[in-house]
Amino acid sequence: MTRILLMGNPNVGKSVLFSRLTGVQAIVSNYPGTTINYTRGHTKLGEETAEVIDVPGTYTLEPTSEAEEIALRLLDSGDIVINVVNAINLERNLYLTLQLLEKGIPMVVALNLWDDTRHRGIDIDLEKLEKLLEVPVIPTVAVTGQGVKELVENLPRAISPQRPPATRDQRWATIGKIIEQVQRIRHRHHTWRERLEDASVKPASGGLIALAILAASFFVVRFIGEGLINYVLDPLFNTLWAPVILKLSQLMGGAGFLHDMVIGKIAGGELNFLESFGLLTSGLYVPLGVVLPYVVAFYLVLGILEDTGYLPRLAVLMDTILHRLGLHGYAIIPNLLGLGCNVPAILATRILESKRERFIAATLISIAVPCAALQAMIFGLVGARGIQYVAIVYGTLFIVWIILGLILNRTVKGFSPELLIEIPPYRLPPWRAVLQKLWLRAYGFLAEAIPIILGAILVINVLYILGVFDAIANFTAPVVTGLLGLPKEAVTALVIGFLRKDVALGMLAPLALSSGQLVVGSVVLAMLFPCIATFVVMFRELGWANMLKAAGVMIVAALVTGGILNLIL
Amino acid sequence: MHGFGGRFQPEADQVTLAHLKSGQSGTVVDIQGGRRMTDRLNALGIFPGKKITKTSAMLMQGPVTIEVDRVEVAIGFGMASKVMVKPDRAP
Repeated sequence: MTRILLMGNPNVGKSVLFSRLTGVQAIVSNYPGTTINYTRGHTKLGEETAEVIDVPGTYTLEPTSEAEEIALRLLDSGDIVINVVNAINLERNLYLTLQLLEKGIPMVVALNLWDDTRHRGIDIDLEKLEKLLEVPVIPTVAVTGQGVKELVENLPRAISPQRPPATRDQRWATIGKIIEQVQRIRHRHHTWRERLEDASVKPASGGLIALAILAASFFVVRFIGEGLINYVLDPLFNTLWAPVILKLSQLMGGAGFLHDMVIGKIAGGELNFLESFGLLTSGLYVPLGVVLPYVVAFYLVLGILEDTGYLPRLAVLMDTILHRLGLHGYAIIPNLLGLGCNVPAILATRILESKRERFIAATLISIAVPCAALQAMIFGLVGARGIQYVAIVYGTLFIVWIILGLILNRTVKGFSPELLIEIPPYRLPPWRAVLQKLWLRAYGFLAEAIPIILGAILVINVLYILGVFDAIANFTAPVVTGLLGLPKEAVTALVIGFLRKDVALGMLAPLALSSGQLVVGSVVLAMLFPCIATFVVMFRELGWANMLKAAGVMIVAALVTGGILNLIL
Repeated sequence: MHGFGGRFQPEADQVTLAHLKSGQSGTVVDIQGGRRMTDRLNALGIFPGKKITKTSAMLMQGPVTIEVDRVEVAIGFGMASKVMVKPDRAP
């Protein structure tokens, strides 16, 4: 089967074009490095089916990050390359184009963002460019689909002009000559958007804008999340689902092993979806009734932030702080993603250049960045005791994030490279794309979380009946009770935290904890052992030695923090 | 191309990118860093001979942002201190 590679600089719209060509939905955003691994799909090429691969963006074929190494490795396996080029910034994009042409793989150039050239005052002579590059050049607007048909029609024309290998200086000289012949820039006045772009990275105005955006994001997430719970999901569960469950409970005799497994405990005819711990009660209520609303709210806001192009600007503002933590500004992106789910966040650390940075970032994320599922439960359970307790949980995690970063920066060998990123222009988020991305992520959450949550509840019930939890509780009592000040049964939650953090926090609900204990429990649960999915991805991304190191840091940090909180509260 | 002279005795008409004033334009004349740094800057189209405009600088030795070929690029302070620029007009 013919294999087509989509290659080009970061953030030129490869993934959008990929979706257009294959119908496969890929996560797209307005910042360099969204695609950190390749995605494959299929398209019709005349009569036959061809495989299309969305390759992570790269500036050169001399890789400077892991995402770029993946791109280089894929190159050898391709039959045709579609080199996606940003028409706004032909000069820099052509560097990779020349390198690709030297590789001798048949190629077509897609001159993307073509619609932007007009209002930016850029004229490009297509015919001349095609003649100079000696490969077909097709103008495209991937977001609207313009030019995609022509691109596919021209794929059979892909050729390799057999350019001899050149040095760096020779390539830039060639590009200079090409640009001189094909590109004209008309002078034009600064737009309001450019003023806003400038203001976002100036210290004073940029700081204010960042504070405003982060505060607004927080309130919108909370507003949408709470709104969905109070006005949609709670009414649904309470008026529609509760009667069904109560009826079923009666039919099953109100007690017994099977009853407790499916429905859980019903105290005095009063059904509490959070505390009953049956498959059809907590097993559905936790993922759908508590977590999903926050997952939807969080990813909607994150998607908008991603697509406007704000995140790289936040990276610039955060750079000085993150340097103290052994990272650079761009690490803010994986950390923010971690507030949704730690798994894609740890994958996203691939945009960082060094192993040291990736270790520090992954460790900090897995310990001090709570995922949306856990946060939803924190809002639900801890929030019920008063918003000040939620503030203590978040404040503690933030302080841990800072202190742990400072310590890791001093103790982990090596040094971290400096920030060097391209800042994309602001764009109005394409709503269709934002909603599509939200759907992909929310669906991904449900598909992964529901089976594990149901499995976890099954395991919990079986372990209870077998008395395993009692044994563990007695064994760990000195630490759990002595150090953390929690009842010894709370250890069950810490154990289950390994499967799912949301379910685990739910297990603290029936224990009649004081507000202080609940805060300690939430913080320790957030810090101690990431869920199994995060563990697997850490193992794959960091290797077992570094994963064990991170786990060691995690245990110490969680117990120390929990112990201190227990003393204070 | 400047060898040691560039590193230890910056010529009077050159400043580092870190010291260039915000809003000022100039031409990159030398990158006094290692191979890796030169590579990363080259990938973003920043190399000797290139015209750039500094758009802003963060406080406390934060990153510098510049415009190069109509694209905005943010560069860490340490790296910016190793990029020598000849300002368009003497400051």
